[in-house]
Amino acid sequence: MKPEVFEPKIIAFCCHYCAYSSADLAGSMRIQYPPNVHIIRTPCTGRLETEYFIKAFENGADGVFIAGCLEGGCHFVEGNLCAKRRVNYTREMLEEIGIEKERLRMVNVSAAMGRPLADLIIEMVETVRKLGPNPVKLNGSSKKESRL
Amino acid sequence: MIVAERKKIQDLLEIVKSHKKILVLGCGTCVTVCLAGGQREVSIIASALRMAAKLKGLPLEVEELTIERQCDNVFIEQAAEAIQRNDAVLSLACGAGVQAIAERYASKPVYAGLDTSFIGILEERGIWTEKCAACGQCVLHLYGGICPVTRCAKHMLNGPCSGSREDRCEINPERQCAWQLIYKRLKEIGQLDRLKKIKPPKNWNRSQSGGYRTIIREDHRV
Repeated sequence: MKPEVFEPKIIAFCCHYCAYSSADLAGSMRIQYPPNVHIIRTPCTGRLETEYFIKAFENGADGVFIAGCLEGGCHFVEGNLCAKRRVNYTREMLEEIGIEKERLRMVNVSAAMGRPLADLIIEMVETVRKLGPNPVKLNGSSKKESRL
Repeated sequence: MIVAERKKIQDLLEIVKSHKKILVLGCGTCVTVCLAGGQREVSIIASALRMAAKLKGLPLEVEELTIERQCDNVFIEQAAEAIQRNDAVLSLACGAGVQAIAERYASKPVYAGLDTSFIGILEERGIWTEKCAACGQCVLHLYGGICPVTRCAKHMLNGPCSGSREDRCEINPERQCAWQLIYKRLKEIGQLDRLKKIKPPKNWNRSQSGGYRTIIREDHRV
């Protein structure tokens, strides 16, 4: 019998103007990426708050992936730079809580980068797979409690 | 406004770990503006505490609530039921708010979740700077609206020390010398003659000597 492989659940916040279109492009190009990511389209990564990332982990996400526009290419000028600072702040907070900061990652892509986005998603899934399940899920909370 | 910053999550957990049910109580005034203890921060800190407690195997229930102002009895009442149904309160208000809640609910442990830092302003997004030391005897009219008590590292009242280089402070070269700013400002508004008058030592009795300060306004008492 094969040992069960851990399949992480990763929330991916994708900017409407780049990463979401990239994911769409990847689909059109028949490029495969793991089904572990649950994509949430956002108007801009600048809309994302620390609260969203923390709540995702509290509700059972094994990883959170943020994909925004290339630096200098944000549709709203600097939304992706705001997101970068919030992601860095949240990574520090995750460490304080006792969760590995590698579970939260931001990447920058353009709308034409279907292949690179798929590669980044694969990389993220593998990173989280190595880390194992979200430790919050393992400590005391039942599967029922997990909303993901 | 009063500026504060949050304590580290593990420090907060250490403070509340002896309780099973706590209320994280935010304040909708100063600490909301300085992004330390408003509704959003309550939500973040409550989630972080729940997760940190789970990771340590501590049974901790965390309720969230934010009221308009914790330093005012009228608003504190709105938190009465939530405070009653919890074992302790982790207040994300300034020191005044924490003490107001503790006085009002004498039988309930009330803890400070923030480190209250200073009276200051938002310099630019994400940067707050101290502007007032609440010394009890304002001298801003003498110095062109720039406070030497707060902004000069040595609290000099009669001109700069001899340590400043260019326009930088000797204590911290990243900072501008307050006296350079005072001179420039007084020159701009044509009040340089104010500097010619020697200021006597400041009356620190009106600052933090002899315990806490009180202001009594008989005309407003009932």
